[in-house]
Amino acid sequence: MAAQKVKLLGFWVSPFAYRVIWALKLKGIDYEYIEEGIFNKSPLLLQLNPIHKKVPVLIHGDRVICESYVIVQYIDETWPHCPLLPQHPYERAMARFWADFAETKLLDTAWLGLCARGAEREKAAKLAMEAVEKIEEVVKGKKLFGGESIGYLDICLGWISYWLPVWEEVGSMQIIDPIKFPATSSWMNTLLHHPVIGDNLPARDAMIEYFQKRSKDI
Amino acid sequence: MAGSEVKVLGTWASPFALRIHIALGIKSVTYEWVEENLEAKSQLLLESNPINKQVPVLIHHHKPICESLAILQYIDEAWPSAPSILPSDPYHRAVARFWAAYIDHKWFTWLKGVASAEGAEAKKAALDQVREGLVVVEEAFGKCSKGKDFFSGDRIGYLDIVLGCFLGWLYVAEKRNDVKLLDEEKMPGLAAWAIKFCLDGAVKDVMPDKDELLDYANMVFQAMAKAKLNAPPNN
Repeated sequence: MAAQKVKLLGFWVSPFAYRVIWALKLKGIDYEYIEEGIFNKSPLLLQLNPIHKKVPVLIHGDRVICESYVIVQYIDETWPHCPLLPQHPYERAMARFWADFAETKLLDTAWLGLCARGAEREKAAKLAMEAVEKIEEVVKGKKLFGGESIGYLDICLGWISYWLPVWEEVGSMQIIDPIKFPATSSWMNTLLHHPVIGDNLPARDAMIEYFQKRSKDI
Repeated sequence: MAGSEVKVLGTWASPFALRIHIALGIKSVTYEWVEENLEAKSQLLLESNPINKQVPVLIHHHKPICESLAILQYIDEAWPSAPSILPSDPYHRAVARFWAAYIDHKWFTWLKGVASAEGAEAKKAALDQVREGLVVVEEAFGKCSKGKDFFSGDRIGYLDIVLGCFLGWLYVAEKRNDVKLLDEEKMPGLAAWAIKFCLDGAVKDVMPDKDELLDYANMVFQAMAKAKLNAPPNN
């Protein structure tokens, strides 16, 4: 099964698609990338992900897998070399818990902050900062969430190192204060300097332009 | 005492806590159940889950694990002897995780939306959405079960537990709104599955009585309505 062809439907600026790209690159898995236009969804995307109609979608042989964190775990289980999830059940449970926490308490609130204005934006930014306070405690004393190498939680939270600063700039918000959150800031830096992550990121200028337009449209 | 190695903090009415009851039952794990009062949370709960302060929490070898889906997977991995909760094949595991996310993040949000919908039109729209979600899950059931009794095949597993824990609250929504949501005609697969699920050995002794749940729900919603009426006006 592992030898079957791999394709990834993504969108150039989607942090969710990049989770899958990073997982595939870390494992050294060859794949064909297919760029989707999210405002003009292809019949292929609508057929493969009829429930959510979203990227990323992984196609592995005749198997179709949707939802970025489901895909990353599928990749980890199908190609078990260079494991992404920790080995011990308790550590795995912690990784799953914090991935879910960051998604609901930080990503969703930061996005809300970007799209909101005035008091609503301030409220969202404040909630996002409270979430970062909790994440700071988890990453304190660690080089990466995965220890010495990138793991599942680094991949799931990796958007914080690159997308969040863009959203902060576009939204004129500060969520990651490097003085308040030194461990998180250090982790962000470590991640961006990792060749697999640093060499696989969308162009920043194009991202700024894209999110400026998106935040106005929404 | 072997039982005190495993503790579950939960409430009898919580569908998420019910998931843990069922999963530990499948694995024949002895555990201590601690019934929490969510109006006066115990020190143990606040210390074990300082982030969300919610049930359920599984405490194993004095280490707390939170979030029901993370707990289910932990139970499967910490007690790896058969019967397993998640499928063994990575693709079937991915399918199970995908539908678990749909049920929790989409369908259950719609079910909760029924209670908060105000006015007949909004209520009807909310109920229609729940029913449409069940039609989607009916199709998933057909593909996952492949003609067998459960999502996982011959025995209950991850997806059965994830959806099955909501059957009591689905009944509550049906009775409170005088509608049929789990419709035998539109969702024959799920309707038959629901009966078998509730009769399963790991479920039948831990599932709360649905009429007791209805009485409890009526009491909670009545109290909420009263509190809303008595709340100071927003100026």
